[in-house]
Amino acid sequence: MTARRFPAAAWATAFRGIAWRETLRFVQQRGRFMAALVRPLVWLFIFAAGFRAVLGLSITPPYQTYVLYEVYVTPGLVAMIQLFNGMQSSLSMVYDRETGAMRTLLVSPFPRWFLLGSKLMAGVIVSIIQAYAFLLIAWFWDIRPPAWGYVAVLPALVLSGLMLGALGLFLSSAIRQLENFAGVMNFVIFPMFFASSALYPLWRMNESSPLLHDICAANPFTYAVELIRFALYLQWNGQALAVVAGCLAAFFGAAVFMYDPAKGLWARRKERG
Amino acid sequence: MSTDALRITGLSHSFGSVKALSDVSLTVPRGSFTALLGVNGAGKTTLFSLVTRLYSNVSGSIEVAGYDVRRQPAQAMARLGVVFQSRALDADLSVAQNLAYHAALHGISRPQARDRIERVLAQVGLDSRAGDRVSALSGGQQRRAEIARALIHRPDLLLLDEATVGLDVKSRAEVLALTRSLIASEGVSALWATHILDEIQPDDDLVILHKGRVLDSGKATAVSGQSGLTQAFLSLTGAAA
Repeated sequence: MTARRFPAAAWATAFRGIAWRETLRFVQQRGRFMAALVRPLVWLFIFAAGFRAVLGLSITPPYQTYVLYEVYVTPGLVAMIQLFNGMQSSLSMVYDRETGAMRTLLVSPFPRWFLLGSKLMAGVIVSIIQAYAFLLIAWFWDIRPPAWGYVAVLPALVLSGLMLGALGLFLSSAIRQLENFAGVMNFVIFPMFFASSALYPLWRMNESSPLLHDICAANPFTYAVELIRFALYLQWNGQALAVVAGCLAAFFGAAVFMYDPAKGLWARRKERG
Repeated sequence: MSTDALRITGLSHSFGSVKALSDVSLTVPRGSFTALLGVNGAGKTTLFSLVTRLYSNVSGSIEVAGYDVRRQPAQAMARLGVVFQSRALDADLSVAQNLAYHAALHGISRPQARDRIERVLAQVGLDSRAGDRVSALSGGQQRRAEIARALIHRPDLLLLDEATVGLDVKSRAEVLALTRSLIASEGVSALWATHILDEIQPDDDLVILHKGRVLDSGKATAVSGQSGLTQAFLSLTGAAA
C-alpha cells in the first residue's frame, strides 16, 4: 500500500481526525473564541466609532456610495480575525512541537504535505466560524452587506485563511521556542495589519506617504482584505485573488520544505539520547 | 524482502560537523525484544528519529518489515508504532480522544477505531480511564496510554525510546512487563532504547550503541560473557571512550 493507494475514505478519515482535534482544542479553549471576537469588536465599536467623525471616505470600490467608516473597516476586521487565527495556529504548531504532539502527526503514513495541509485547513475552518460570528454581531450594528455577500465571501475566507495560515505554518518552522512568539506579534502581525488597506484605503495612505502606500500595496494582507471586501459586496477582484493564491502557494511550499525531514527545520534539529 | 521487523544497514548521520551515527547496522528479529543500550548522547534518539522519518537518512538503509523507509515511507510508517522519549499525548484531551486522533492519522475509520481503542486500553489496563483527561493520569499511566496509542494501528514493530524515564520503580516495572507481554500476545517486535542495565534480561537481543557506533550485538548473555552485563558494558564503552 503506497500513500497514493490509500482508499479515499482513509484520506477523509485522516483529514476529519485532524480537523476534529483542532476544533476540540478550540472548543475547550473558550477564552480563545472570546478573545478572537472581542478584539475586532473593540475596533468596530470603539475605534471605528471614534474615527467615523474624522475619517471621511469618498466612494471607493466595491462601495457604490459613501459608506460609514464602520462599514469600510468591517472586512479588514474579518481579515484581522483570520490573521490572528493564522498566527494562533503557528503558536499551536510550536506548542505541539515542544510537547511532542507534532511527532505524532509527522509519523503518520500519510504524506507530509497532506498532514500539514489538513492542519492548515482545520485552522481555517475555526477562523471561518469566528468570522461569521463577527459578521453576525456586525449585522446588529447595522453593517449589512447584501445577503448573497455572506455566501460569496465564503470562498474568499477559505483562500485568505489558507494564505494567512500557511504564513503561520511557515513561521512556526522558524520559531524555535514558544517564548519567541512575542516577536512574531511585533514583527509580523502588527506591521501586516497596520500597513494594509484594513483600516484606511490605499489612496488615503498615498496622500500622507507614497512610500507607506507602496509598502501597503506590497503587503499580501492588503489583498486578503480586498478579496474579502469585494466578495462581501458581490464583486470580483482578480488582482487580489491572484496575489492571495500566489502567496498561498509560496508560503505553503516554504512550510512543506521546512518540515521536510531532509531539509529545513527537522534536518537542523539535534536531540539528546 | 527481509523478514526482520527492522533492518538497518550502514546508517550514518551528522549534524553539521558532528557525527551522531557512524555506519550503524542492526536487526530486530520478528517477535523479539531487542534492547538498544547506550548512555545519554550515544545516538539512540537520532537513530529513532531516522527510523521514524523525523530526519531523513542520506546514507545506509532502513527497512521496517521489509519496507524501505525512504522509498516506501507509507508502508513502513504504517507498520511502526512509536513511544517517544518526551511525552507526546495531548494533555487537554481524554485518553480515548488521543487514541481516536492517532487512529485517524492512520486512516482507521471511527467505528473500527472505537473497537480497537476499547481493546488496547483493556490490554494496557486503562479501560476505566478512557474518558479521563491525560493530564489526570500518573506518569506510568501516561506511558501505558502511549503504548496503547502506538498499538492502535496494529504495527509490526514498536519503537520505545527510553520509555521508563521519569517513572518510579513500580511504574517502570509495569511498563517493561507490559511491553514484554505484548510481544507474546500480539506478535509485535520491540526495540527498547534504554540506558538502564536492569531492564535487560539474559535472553533479550541486545545492541550496544556508544558515540554513534555499534560496539557489540547479540543475545544479552553472549554480550555479557562471564563478567556480567555491567562489567561488559563498562569495559566496552570504556575502551571506546
